[in-house]
Amino acid sequence: MIIKVLGPGCANCAALERVTREAVTDLGLDATIEKVTDFAAIAGYGVMRTPALVVDEKLVMAGRVPTASHLRELLQRDAS
Amino acid sequence: MTLVDRLPTTTRGRTLALAGGATTWLAALWLNSWIWDRLLYDVGHLDPAARVSGALNFFLQDTVKIALLLVGIIFVVTVLRSYLSIERTRALLGGRREGVGNVVAAGLGVATPFCSCSAVPAFIGFVAAGVPTGVTLSFLIASPLVNEVAVALLWSMFGWRIAGLYIAAGLVVAIGAGWLLGRLGAQRWVESFVFETRLGGALVDDTAHLTFGERIELGAEEVGTILRKIWPYLLVGIGIGAVIHGWAPADLITRYAGQATVLAVPFAVAIGVPLYSNAAGIMPLVQALHDKGLPMGTLLAFMMSVVALSLPELVLLRRVLKPQLLGAFVAVVALAIIGVGYLFNALLG
Repeated sequence: MIIKVLGPGCANCAALERVTREAVTDLGLDATIEKVTDFAAIAGYGVMRTPALVVDEKLVMAGRVPTASHLRELLQRDAS
Repeated sequence: MTLVDRLPTTTRGRTLALAGGATTWLAALWLNSWIWDRLLYDVGHLDPAARVSGALNFFLQDTVKIALLLVGIIFVVTVLRSYLSIERTRALLGGRREGVGNVVAAGLGVATPFCSCSAVPAFIGFVAAGVPTGVTLSFLIASPLVNEVAVALLWSMFGWRIAGLYIAAGLVVAIGAGWLLGRLGAQRWVESFVFETRLGGALVDDTAHLTFGERIELGAEEVGTILRKIWPYLLVGIGIGAVIHGWAPADLITRYAGQATVLAVPFAVAIGVPLYSNAAGIMPLVQALHDKGLPMGTLLAFMMSVVALSLPELVLLRRVLKPQLLGAFVAVVALAIIGVGYLFNALLG
């Protein structure tokens, strides 16, 4: 799966990338994590709150850094 | 493992935790000044009349009081705001004309959960969906200006009248500045890629179907996030406030800044605009200066200019606004704040 972390490089975006990497390792997922920092591209996903998370081109979460358990849930749902 | 993961999971456990938390909060707020007085003067045998102990007492009491207020208010406001989202706000603003649109946008700017770090994607999302530029700007001005932290602290330190006036003034600034910028043709000075952006993807409105328990979690999370972000500003602000409280001679300050000098308000705004802080860091300073006799209007204008215009936000907005509009934005907002400062001084003086 391809996971994209959407955000212009704010503190929360870095935090989201970190917890996403942790969750992917924890779950043993085969995923590539990319960062999207271009505003036009971010808006293209319909995102108005950063940071946001896109899994396989589908927007799954926007506007906050989720807790570790919530994030694992989100990723597992999309992996299955 | 974060704090949120450790919250009780049953409804009963959560209700108990919430009730216990509220009681502890009220008791701590109630006992704060009494405890520090006892600790410093009775246990520590400090001289209540000495400047050092007065400043120390001010610092400790204020730190605890402000921290408590922030925790309580951020929590309640976050839970209330979780019923609205930026996506719904945009739907509410779509198709509004200027004028009425500015009024609605300013009101929604206060009620919508929003972080100015998302100013750019929100701006693109609004404008690309057809919300007029001036209306979008009203939203972006109101959101940081009338924030829960500022209002709560004003209420606790100066009473509901001042807090209410501040809200009204903030809305007037946001409505007026957004409307004027729209009239000036702000549209022309928006970077063209904004209009070319096609909004794709399904909008997630992941706050719409939350349970009450999840909203409580959001509130707890937000308290942690905001406090982690603002505590350095807070401590510096309270520290400076304590020094002013203990040492700065009142007559000196009022002679230079407080007297009916016409220039005091623009001067305060000129200092406030480049200053990067937030309501929590500025408030203790405002209170200390008010105790020394500075007029409220001047102080509120100072505070508004600090929270409404900040360099990092302007740098972000530069991505979507051309320099002309950015300049007009700063000028119009600053002028509106100066006007409000004079008005407050006239009303309250």
